[in-house]
Amino acid sequence: MKALLKNREYQLAILILIMILLIGLIFPDFVSIGNLFSVYNDTSILIILALGQMLVIITRSIDLSVAANVALTGMVVATINSTYPELPVVLVIFIGAGIGMLLGMINGLLVWKLKIPSIVVTLGTMSIYRGCVFLLSDGAWINAHQMTENFLKIPRTVFLGLPLLGWCSIIVIAVIYYFARHHTMGRKIYASGNSPTAAYYIGIDVGKQQFISFTISGLLAGIASYLWISRYAVAYTDIANGFELQVIAACVIGGVSIAGGTGTVLGCVLGALFLGVINNALPVIGISPFWQMAISGSVIIIAVVANSRSERKLGRIILRQAVQDAALKAR
Amino acid sequence: MEYILKMFAGNSTMKKPTLPSWLLSWEAFLLMATLLVFIINSFASPYFLDAWALSDATFNFTEKAIIALPLALVIIVREIDISVASIIALSSVAMGFSAEAGASIEIICLVGMLVGTLCGLFNGLLVTMLQIPSIVVTIGTMSLFRGISYILLGDQSLKNYPEPFAYFGQGYVFSVFSFEFVFFLILAVVFYILLHKTNFGRQTYAIGNNPIAAFYTGINVTRHKLILFTLVGFFCGIAAIMLTSRLGSTRPTIALGWELSIITMVVLGGVSILGGSGGIVGVVIAIFLMGLVTVGLGLLNVPGIVMSIIIGVMLISVVAIPGLFKRFKDARANRIKN
Repeated sequence: MKALLKNREYQLAILILIMILLIGLIFPDFVSIGNLFSVYNDTSILIILALGQMLVIITRSIDLSVAANVALTGMVVATINSTYPELPVVLVIFIGAGIGMLLGMINGLLVWKLKIPSIVVTLGTMSIYRGCVFLLSDGAWINAHQMTENFLKIPRTVFLGLPLLGWCSIIVIAVIYYFARHHTMGRKIYASGNSPTAAYYIGIDVGKQQFISFTISGLLAGIASYLWISRYAVAYTDIANGFELQVIAACVIGGVSIAGGTGTVLGCVLGALFLGVINNALPVIGISPFWQMAISGSVIIIAVVANSRSERKLGRIILRQAVQDAALKAR
Repeated sequence: MEYILKMFAGNSTMKKPTLPSWLLSWEAFLLMATLLVFIINSFASPYFLDAWALSDATFNFTEKAIIALPLALVIIVREIDISVASIIALSSVAMGFSAEAGASIEIICLVGMLVGTLCGLFNGLLVTMLQIPSIVVTIGTMSLFRGISYILLGDQSLKNYPEPFAYFGQGYVFSVFSFEFVFFLILAVVFYILLHKTNFGRQTYAIGNNPIAAFYTGINVTRHKLILFTLVGFFCGIAAIMLTSRLGSTRPTIALGWELSIITMVVLGGVSILGGSGGIVGVVIAIFLMGLVTVGLGLLNVPGIVMSIIIGVMLISVVAIPGLFKRFKDARANRIKN
């Protein structure tokens, strides 16, 4: 039982339940099944992106360009749909996923082949992709009436009480869970993040694992872009601006260590749900949406502080421990 | 300790760079590029080569440049601060409220500098005391600081600044030399001396090259990093004063996205993102290069968001070029060997 309570996932799950119950005490409508489903549905896109980001962070990298990727791919998808309304939506989704993947591959290649730190690569591609949205659209908006009915309808179709958007994220969770937990490729990603040197000696190309995780992150961003566009029924240059911070926050809250090698799918999903519940609760409690940014910022900081404390207890960073000991002795 | 530092210092002074070897350096390359852009600009527009036009052009980059100088030191010690633009926003909001409350110019400026310094100190404490990677810390504080500005200001703006406050962003020291530009030039000299001529600077390089070795030579790494983060915060406060004074108003979106161009300035200047190398001369030339490119694109009526594409490409390619060059050299060496 004690071990269970120390587990990050359980702590988070309990925290989320307590939060929902507290809000429910004052606003009973918030805890109705229908509303909880809609909170989940609302968090779906964040979950999908956070899972991709998790894989990237596990390999000791970071992807700041996800939100820009969503914006660019979303604009392409919306443009295709408005200029060729006769194309089946499934094909459009596939094109979107492909383009998202391609953008992720560009990040991955630069990190893998040119050995550029991922923070520099994605900081750069973040503004490049965002700028390309503007070039593509000329700054114009694509509104709901320019999109076909099918294009907008699919994620809203309700199946067993949950819209397809929510189901989509459940499928992604299942696939990534299998991939990260049971597939050789996923295990290699963990191995290379946990100890690049050891991974290298057993024959794993660490850079290639980074490339793969960036590619998956891009693919998921491509899928998320269609969901985003059809959910909000509008495409313009600034969509999802700053959303990468929420995505990274979800990972960090979920216990994905920025030092690489650790992080679980469950933790990541719970981290996203934690933010999702807060975001949905704010208007219910009557707090202005202007609070959202500061809250996710402070949650990131609190979460990394918590992470660093639990990591220190485990003594994962041996060298740093030695330095600290030396510092203590010197005193 | 003194002896080791002297050894460090000796390494760079013993081999005085000869002219031909300097010509192959990154700084020389940057200088050439800057001159080239300058010439292209003067052909591209007849309005470019005018003292007042050039003076106006400096306003584009001086505020960013003032932050790029201390940030270079932070990057040399293997850390990074991407919350700089958010610190500007928070300082500016604080100044706006103090101006609203009828504070004098001195108080307004003090408030701006104080808030900036405190933000930098906060970053520094999280990075050093809790040993969290600076990239996550500053991603968090980036949204925290700007988030607080949004909470305080919402969709409002503050513009009740006293008349003389405009001097910091719009005033001229003599003829065409603006206060901002002169301040930047003096600051560049100060930072050059700090990084290249003092013990503090040598320690900065030592930490960046090998933090653990630096620790064992007796350098107080924690305190050093804390000072650098606080320094960045302080100069964000200064930049906030200038920017607010120049715009004459404060909104929570002020300086949005500036972290990209500030980091690009530093990296373009030859400071390795992996720490331990680079210098102020390179950063200063890179600042001018970026300033001239921005002005040139502006003369050609290129919209701001397209400029951000170009800045992004510049950032990546500058970091990629040394790697590509090395691959090319390795490949050639292999061919010769075989």
